[in-house]
Amino acid sequence: MNKVLFSSITKKLVMALAGLFLLTFLPVHLIINLMLLKSEPEPFNKAAHFMATFPLIKIMEVVLISAILIHISWGLLLQIQNWLARPIGYVSANKSETSFFSRFMIWTGATVLIFLVLHFFNFFFIKLGFVPGNPEDFYSAAHYLFKIPAYNYIYLTCFTLLGFHLYHAFYSAFQTLGLNHRIWSPIVKVIALIYAVLLPAGFAFISVSLWLLR
Amino acid sequence: MKLTLKIWRQKNPKAKGNFETYKMDDVSPKMAFLEMLDSLNKKLVEEDKDPVAFDHDCREGICGSCGMYINGHPHGPVPAITTCHLSMRYFKEGDTIWVEPWRAKPFPVIKDLIVDRNAFDKIQIAGGFISINAGAAPEANSILVQKNKSDDAFDAAICIACGACVAACKNASAMLFVSAKISQFALLPQGRVEAVDRARAMVEKMDEVGFGNCSNTGACEAECPKEIKLVNIARLFREYYKAY
Repeated sequence: MNKVLFSSITKKLVMALAGLFLLTFLPVHLIINLMLLKSEPEPFNKAAHFMATFPLIKIMEVVLISAILIHISWGLLLQIQNWLARPIGYVSANKSETSFFSRFMIWTGATVLIFLVLHFFNFFFIKLGFVPGNPEDFYSAAHYLFKIPAYNYIYLTCFTLLGFHLYHAFYSAFQTLGLNHRIWSPIVKVIALIYAVLLPAGFAFISVSLWLLR
Repeated sequence: MKLTLKIWRQKNPKAKGNFETYKMDDVSPKMAFLEMLDSLNKKLVEEDKDPVAFDHDCREGICGSCGMYINGHPHGPVPAITTCHLSMRYFKEGDTIWVEPWRAKPFPVIKDLIVDRNAFDKIQIAGGFISINAGAAPEANSILVQKNKSDDAFDAAICIACGACVAACKNASAMLFVSAKISQFALLPQGRVEAVDRARAMVEKMDEVGFGNCSNTGACEAECPKEIKLVNIARLFREYYKAY
């Protein structure tokens, strides 16, 4: 049974399913973040409060955290196996024609993970009470953070790399599910591109607006 | 043409190995790459030196023996051909050509550019066959097969198991090879009978011998001399999911 659960294909399937779930969460997060653009704090804080207290969302939060942990740990496991599969590398650089973003998934993923740790310290751990702060006023906290130039640089870099990660992740997840179609797969690739550009651009727009325009 | 060759030399599987530099002064652009290596070996033998060991058999692109990693490409820089079909006219005067063996844990170097590709045989033995006695070819209309399916099965069946997919993949994954060997049967009624056992056994063996995991970079498809497509890997996944 272990051979099935931990086979290369099952591991990829688990990665893909966890990743697809995370793909559905990001637009929800973006919609809530867009409320940061309003001049009054209530809408954002109310939405944040709703997300923190509504029972169904609380359950989804457990699923979300599990998906993040599974995606990271399975990703690492797969990557380590991949490195072990070629203990001696080539001297001449690989010139095979490949999808550019696919080559750096572990590194773009690692950058997103570093951002996630920072993000958890700034918000999620405050909500859980691990870190001091006011969990009822994330609006002010966000506005405060986006006034710090260094935070914006980190934020914009991480979201650019997240975009790279998402583009390959989006269409690759369909391949892992066994869905590769002459007509549909190119369309999925276009949707992946739109998703990978618009989503980070949305987050970046909020960051830049609060940083430079207010 | 004058060329500089940097060739991986390794006496045996346990030896450390290193790159040796060879200057070639009289390479004809009409030569095949392997003929160029033959002329190098002739020179080395005349100088009482050990010739470069490399795999080759049919020299017409169907045996899959002549795998070597040339200037960052399995089978060299020209798409859809094997090393034996690589002509020296694709190189320029004064070029330096790096020649390396396939690099993957399941493909240990035996000598110089020759690697042990037994790992592929092990995967094939695990399930890449039809075990019933099929007898002679059946009458063409007795088992009807859709034309597009027979075409796809044929496109998968032309895999020559050269290992270029593994060599090109940054993860040393063998999924394109396994997917071709699964697809050639999965698409045909005769192959469906043992489809479940085949998918289970071949994937299990592929993992056991130590190949990496597919991360959908597409390097395998780009470098495959027989142009096996990534769509086969998606079929491999479907076959595996259906098997459980």
